Amino acid sequence: MSNKINHSMSLAKPDALDITNKQKIALAIGIIGLLILTLALFNTDFPNKGLFLTLALGLISGGIIIYSREAYLSKLEGIKNDGVWFKSISSRGTWGWIVGVILTAFYIILYFFPKYLGLGTDGAENTGLISLFDPLSKLLSGRPASQWFVYGTLYTVAILAFGYKFILKYRHNRYQQLRTGSVMFFQLGFAFLIPEFMYVMNNDLPYYDLKSVWPLNYYIFDEWSVNGFLSNGNIGLALILFGIISIFVITPILTYKYGKRWYCSWVCGCGGLAETAGDSFRQLSSKKMSAWKLERWLIHTVLVFSVVMTVAMIYTYLGYDKNDFWLTRGVFISLVIGFLTLVFAGVMYFKRQELGKDAKYGAIGFFVVIALLLIMHFTGTTNQIFYIKSGALRSAYGLYIGSIFSGVIGTGFYPILGSRSWCRFGCPMAAILGFQQRLFSKFRITTNGGQCISCGNCSNSCEMGIDVRAYAQKGENIVRSSCVGCGICSAVCPRGVLKLENDSMEGRINPTEVLLGNDVDLMDLVNKK
Amino acid sequence: MKEHIVIIGNGISGVTAARHIRKLSDKKITIVSAETEYFFSRTALMYIYMGHMKFEHTQPYENWFWKKNRIDLKKGYVSNIDTDAKTLHFAEGDSLKYDKLIIATGSKPNKFGWPGQDLEGVMGMYHKQDLENLEKHAPNKEVCKRAVIVGGGLIGIELAEMLNSRSIPVTFLVREDSFWNGVLPSGESEMINRHIKNHHIDLRLGMNLKEIKSDENGKVKSIIIQETGEEIECNVVGLTAGVSPNIDFIKDSNIETGRGVKVNRYLETNIPDVYAIGDCAEQHEGINGRRPIEAVWYTGRMMGETLAQTICGNKIQYNPGHWFNSAKFMDIEYQTYGWVFANPRENEAHFHWKHEDDTKCITICYDTTTNAFLGINTFGIRMRHETFDTWLTEKRDVDYVINHLSEANFDPEFYSHYEADILLAYNKQLQTA
Repeated sequence: MSNKINHSMSLAKPDALDITNKQKIALAIGIIGLLILTLALFNTDFPNKGLFLTLALGLISGGIIIYSREAYLSKLEGIKNDGVWFKSISSRGTWGWIVGVILTAFYIILYFFPKYLGLGTDGAENTGLISLFDPLSKLLSGRPASQWFVYGTLYTVAILAFGYKFILKYRHNRYQQLRTGSVMFFQLGFAFLIPEFMYVMNNDLPYYDLKSVWPLNYYIFDEWSVNGFLSNGNIGLALILFGIISIFVITPILTYKYGKRWYCSWVCGCGGLAETAGDSFRQLSSKKMSAWKLERWLIHTVLVFSVVMTVAMIYTYLGYDKNDFWLTRGVFISLVIGFLTLVFAGVMYFKRQELGKDAKYGAIGFFVVIALLLIMHFTGTTNQIFYIKSGALRSAYGLYIGSIFSGVIGTGFYPILGSRSWCRFGCPMAAILGFQQRLFSKFRITTNGGQCISCGNCSNSCEMGIDVRAYAQKGENIVRSSCVGCGICSAVCPRGVLKLENDSMEGRINPTEVLLGNDVDLMDLVNKK
Repeated sequence: MKEHIVIIGNGISGVTAARHIRKLSDKKITIVSAETEYFFSRTALMYIYMGHMKFEHTQPYENWFWKKNRIDLKKGYVSNIDTDAKTLHFAEGDSLKYDKLIIATGSKPNKFGWPGQDLEGVMGMYHKQDLENLEKHAPNKEVCKRAVIVGGGLIGIELAEMLNSRSIPVTFLVREDSFWNGVLPSGESEMINRHIKNHHIDLRLGMNLKEIKSDENGKVKSIIIQETGEEIECNVVGLTAGVSPNIDFIKDSNIETGRGVKVNRYLETNIPDVYAIGDCAEQHEGINGRRPIEAVWYTGRMMGETLAQTICGNKIQYNPGHWFNSAKFMDIEYQTYGWVFANPRENEAHFHWKHEDDTKCITICYDTTTNAFLGINTFGIRMRHETFDTWLTEKRDVDYVINHLSEANFDPEFYSHYEADILLAYNKQLQTA
């Protein structure tokens, strides 16, 4: 080995540094934990399930914790990206593909074939992997585990353990630590524990992760969900009202003050996983202009789909009993159209100039939605909408967007597309927040005058595929809909060029041709022309 | 026919000039480079070796950018310039006619005639080829058991960080008795010494290279230190004792050269229609206390911005504003605004504050007669360029700056602030002074 010279002259793939012996032991510990889960998956009937589940989750977490302590605490504080593009797992190498395939397969089984995980149907006992989680589920809520409980537990363990790793990695950076602490808290509390406790208190209530806001939480306005809430008195009513207030009141206020980061990289579960377990893959997002174009079309199409789907769904069940509730189909559709028109008119009035040629696309999008809603209203029957069975739209959305896009592709493809491909290309919630962030928010990433050296660390580490450098090297602030405010571009910048800030709206977008540092007269001449 | 602007060199200076000329005009533009096909950011070469990025990530523009903006790229090595016939001759044998020529060929690493300086395994760290060379000779710590770096400047410490990232032991020879203390005041320079050693780098202060010894195959075997005669075995020697203009190919032409290509404030050489910008340009005298040759990223960019105006009919002098710069020493970021010299000049004094964790400090230079604020060096604390630029223009005094320091803070949110601490130290110093 010692005489091996890397003759490839490759600038991309020299040998990655070996991990230390302690890290190898940590890996072994983690793998034993995974092995227990795998054995359970293949129907090993462990005698004391509680013990083995504790052991499995404990070993996995312990492995990650020991590994990260060895990786980061043995070094001085600072940026820890050495060898990221040499390691097979984080540079789309063999390990990257293997992990990608395993994750994808797991998601496909989870969403479409839960019986292979051991889900007992028609009252039958759970077997396999799911039965291993029964003791924990019974402890928390008294009911046997489901595939979603297994998924939720593993998801939470991943965010907590890799969150710890991330906090160590950025132990010089308090923004990163607080942000990570926040997603760990919201995942453990809001997504995992509170819904279980809510079930204990009132087992008729539908599962509700309070931090999951429509349209990310696309099922909250489903008929079964709404009925579930409404049939549970005040608490149910309060919950559904909270769901409505979340998107129409809380979200706009917080996004105005802090940008969409308050949600995407401080609260959201999808974001939480991307920022912790997905951190090693953030550099894999495509920074090409073509990817940005695709992103804009895709994410807004999903948004339109989700709005129309939700309206159609509510519209359908409003039709059944129009007499006992003031909200009739006609009133509802008018309200929706009125609201959308108000938003559209407001944007066109206040921000027409800023939008430039995008205003045209915005207008097209708006009129498409309105047309769809009108067509729906005038062609819809009791059972059919758009001449298809009324539930079909909802099913299609749940299947293609809710499961395949957000789960299978969004997470399964972490090692291939980077950690935020769902957030970037698909999430309708991110689209709404981003729209607001771009137009009505105090948030921006400020560029520090003329200090940028165009090195590209910022762009490379942007999980949302923003070419941050393109702005920084022009001395231009970064005001982009997709920015989730993770702050890593600012952290990795070797020259202190980038700062996430909430400041006044004025001068937030500052296109410059000639940067600070050059002749003052020339700057005036060129920049203000 | 459209006027043909030919730019030699596809670094930041040449590319900026080309971009701005394109914005302002419809001229034909050709960029010539022997180094790479496309523009890349030289400052990021280190991150490729460290595995933070791949080479393609150091390219600020996608490959379609050039065609779309009608900027022709030619790969070739200019061997000489015939200014009478307005023609470039390439080492490859072909030639290219120009109407206006911009020389933007940057720098090359200094070599001071050390014995063995051209052996295999000896390299600078400037060009892409240097990086390829390093990858060949120092892919890992098994092939390269030790590397010696000669020259304690910005590139030297970057090279040390690079090798360190692959666990290759480094001996770092620094001529001065403290790291970069020709530029940095002693408090800062000494803090960086300690930081380098904390990274387990064998820092040898006040040591010069005597010679580089060869093995039987013409490869580096060891080096000898001038002062002690000590022989240090190594497989790679990095020569990072500064850079100088890369203009050997011009020496035979009619273009006037000194250390660099001599230019006036309009960046014009002595030959009409020939200009020089960036690291290779030498002003007849330094502007506003700057050096005649400035091998800095942003000055190259600014010269490109300025020259594009002149070439497109808006003749304008190169007139850089207040001095600023930045760098990163391993984990410690450094920024400077205005002038802080290693030792205070006449009627100047320094106020120095250092945090107890030994990774953050600032030095403020002021005029002892007028109390005017002259400049600041900051380590481990980010500052806002615009704020200091304004304060320097407004000629604020040092009290004002110290009392308003928090306005200039550019650290990420939730970071600890040190302004109160700094103010306390400042007031204390005034009382004892």
